[in-house]
Amino acid sequence: MISFIAQRIAKAIVVLLALVVLNFFLIRMAPGDPALVMAGEAGAGDQVFLAQLREKFGLDQPLPVQLFLYVKGILSFDLGFSFRQQMPVSTLILQRLPATLLLTGTAFAISLAFGILFGALAARFAGTWADTAITVAALIFYATPLFWVALMAILLFSVTMDWLPSFGYETVGANYTGLAHVLDVAAHLILPATTIGLFFMATYARMTRASMLEVARLDFIKTARAKGLSDTVIQRRHVLRNALLPVVTLAGLQAGTLVGGAVLTETVFAWPGIGRLMYEALLQRDYNLLLGVFVVCSAMVLAFNLITDLVYRSVDPRIEFAS
Amino acid sequence: MSVVIRNLKLALPPGGDRAYAVDGVSFDLTAGKILCVVGESGSGKSMCAHALMGLLPETVTAEAGEILFEGNNLLSLSPAEWLALRGRGIAMVFQEPMTALNPLMRIGDQIAEMFEAHDLLTPKERRQKALALIREVGLPDPERAVRAYPHQLSGGQRQRAMIAMALALEPAVLVADEPTTALDVTTQAQILKLIRDLQRRRNMAVMFITHDFGVVAEIADRVVVLQHGKVVEQGTADDVLLRAQHPYTRALLAAVPTLQPPQRTPLLDRSKAVEVIGLGKTYVSGGGWFRTERRVQAAKEVSFDIFCGETLGLVGESGSGKSSVARLVMRLIEPDAGTVRIGDVDLTRIKGKALREQRRRIQMVFQDPFASLNPRRKVGNIITDGPIAHGVDPAAARKRAGELLGLVGLNASAMERFPHEFSGGQRQRIGIARALALDPEVLVADEAVSALDVSVQAQVLDLLEDLKARLGLSMLFITHDLRVAAQICDRIAVMQHGAIVELKSASLLFAAPEHAYTRELLSAVPGQTSSSKAA
Repeated sequence: MISFIAQRIAKAIVVLLALVVLNFFLIRMAPGDPALVMAGEAGAGDQVFLAQLREKFGLDQPLPVQLFLYVKGILSFDLGFSFRQQMPVSTLILQRLPATLLLTGTAFAISLAFGILFGALAARFAGTWADTAITVAALIFYATPLFWVALMAILLFSVTMDWLPSFGYETVGANYTGLAHVLDVAAHLILPATTIGLFFMATYARMTRASMLEVARLDFIKTARAKGLSDTVIQRRHVLRNALLPVVTLAGLQAGTLVGGAVLTETVFAWPGIGRLMYEALLQRDYNLLLGVFVVCSAMVLAFNLITDLVYRSVDPRIEFAS
Repeated sequence: MSVVIRNLKLALPPGGDRAYAVDGVSFDLTAGKILCVVGESGSGKSMCAHALMGLLPETVTAEAGEILFEGNNLLSLSPAEWLALRGRGIAMVFQEPMTALNPLMRIGDQIAEMFEAHDLLTPKERRQKALALIREVGLPDPERAVRAYPHQLSGGQRQRAMIAMALALEPAVLVADEPTTALDVTTQAQILKLIRDLQRRRNMAVMFITHDFGVVAEIADRVVVLQHGKVVEQGTADDVLLRAQHPYTRALLAAVPTLQPPQRTPLLDRSKAVEVIGLGKTYVSGGGWFRTERRVQAAKEVSFDIFCGETLGLVGESGSGKSSVARLVMRLIEPDAGTVRIGDVDLTRIKGKALREQRRRIQMVFQDPFASLNPRRKVGNIITDGPIAHGVDPAAARKRAGELLGLVGLNASAMERFPHEFSGGQRQRIGIARALALDPEVLVADEAVSALDVSVQAQVLDLLEDLKARLGLSMLFITHDLRVAAQICDRIAVMQHGAIVELKSASLLFAAPEHAYTRELLSAVPGQTSSSKAA
């Protein structure tokens, strides 16, 4: 178990380093050199300033040395400096990360819980109107663009009914503390989290349903029936547990991408997370920031893949840890 | 009388090839006796078992008749009454112990679930009972076995666990649906003995479903023979096996291959069609930065010759390496060591285009006639694909395919149909036609008749024998069934743990087996006493 984790972490570090190197060359593929980009961002373009920049960031060094410095910087979580925001990139990302983790974590939990629930119900009542209703609803949420759902949700719940705030992380200027602060953030969280959650919920519901119907045909379900177990117990203990294996795989793949993938939703709801930071960086051609976000998101994906592997191994005894 | 089945009629959904899966079947199960229900696939034997458990598929309905158990007609039970009965009054053991156990649950928990399903005992007592049951069915290291997951046990051990589970609530009736079909012959002998012992000790009535007359001879007190959903004959084991009245029963019995190999002229003076020298293959799994790798030696120093026109048998239990050797000879997998020569060509030293051209000379017939034919392609395409790939003109290839279908006993019109339109035996004929389409010199038949019913098996064996003589083929015939090997092979090689332990002519091998493992295999073949009586 321990050696397995160590092995996976070692592999993840290798992949991450490869990504960092790719990152390094990406920044050098931009027209001109990074100094020109930075000078442009800083609004000054004379040769002296450029030379200063090149010296400051080691750009006058040979390429291998630059690569070494870049990798060294990243390993000490120095992701560079954002001239637009006049702040280190790592500080910017760290500021935004909690909001994104809160949003995607909530959305992920909602989608997984309700997706599995509705999928299990659809499978249990396969062929009835309940199954049809769930399947059709899942298809609609799956097919509708996220930003459109987001806009409609704002229109309905914020503008028309005035139940929920339409944007932001908390009420600006209210300065709530304690429980009031928690409730305020929760109210702001509902719309964006549900919007993302609905899409993924649809995927999990469809996956769970299909997987359960498949497992229900397997021999050991007949064994369970031959024991005299009730249908409810069979569905829960024998069918659902086995059917969740592919759902775990899918959820693990999506969890990692969710962190960087909530760009549209965060933008529509003005949620101060990584996604919106990336969107802003993109509009402002803030290369260092953009690439910093890229590195952090990659690390997240790798981390979630590792977690998925561990979860998968704990639910499926057939995959054994090397002893 | 434990169970009385009278005039049972099970209706199939309309539109099938027959109206009733089971049509007017009557028989009794008696405490302390084993009733074998015998029949080929589609005879309705499994349906009878499922009706007895109330586990019929939704599309099948009991239309008439009754199943009497402890004074109740089971066909009129409510769902709640069924839940109370299943497992407690009547329990069942299934064919494939790997798939019949939940892969995510520990063996002990799956046994304890029997008690839980019927609200018996406390959780602690359930665990103790599970351990006691595991002990009773003779699983080695019971404390470990209760904590094991199904994949950590061998096939025979899993079937023991299944039996322990079925016996947990001391049912009056045990239904066993082909419980030894998926097992090796030595394991099968042990499981049959276990079922026999337990049934005597607990005075159970056992309904034992099988297609194998060897097993019947080994275990049955009474026998019911089913054909197309109807009982054609029933009586005591001796009556049915030794004095069969119905022509169908007689035909079935006659189709069972005997362990007496027919006289064959040795072919050792002919030239060699295949020469295998020192083949070695080790599978390595796992391995990496931090873990130790697992090594399985599938072939160790395997050497043999197949002479022109000869059939060489490769027998052994699962995991003995016989299929690996077949794949090595075909060069479907790469050997670690050794040489395979087809005629004058060293198949292990060529590659690319040369190898593709030589592949024509050695072709394979696979075990599963359902999985080995592409379901989306017409039979004509399946047969002509190979020749066309080797540059034969498509029209000529189709003409040849028609002739080949005739040769294997099918109509040329089969070309325009899809594999699913054929029965298992017919598909295996298509598989043979496909292999022959490239005019090979050598056929490799990997358990080619194992999935077939005994009467169909006999036909396919005759066909292979006939084709071999007519086309001058040589054959590598892989099987776990020693009866089949005795009938078709000139010489037989016995494999164990990746090595050939004995290789000699079929008649010598059966008359005077030398290696201890060969003797063990031979003595485990079921039904030897009765078949010799019958002969």
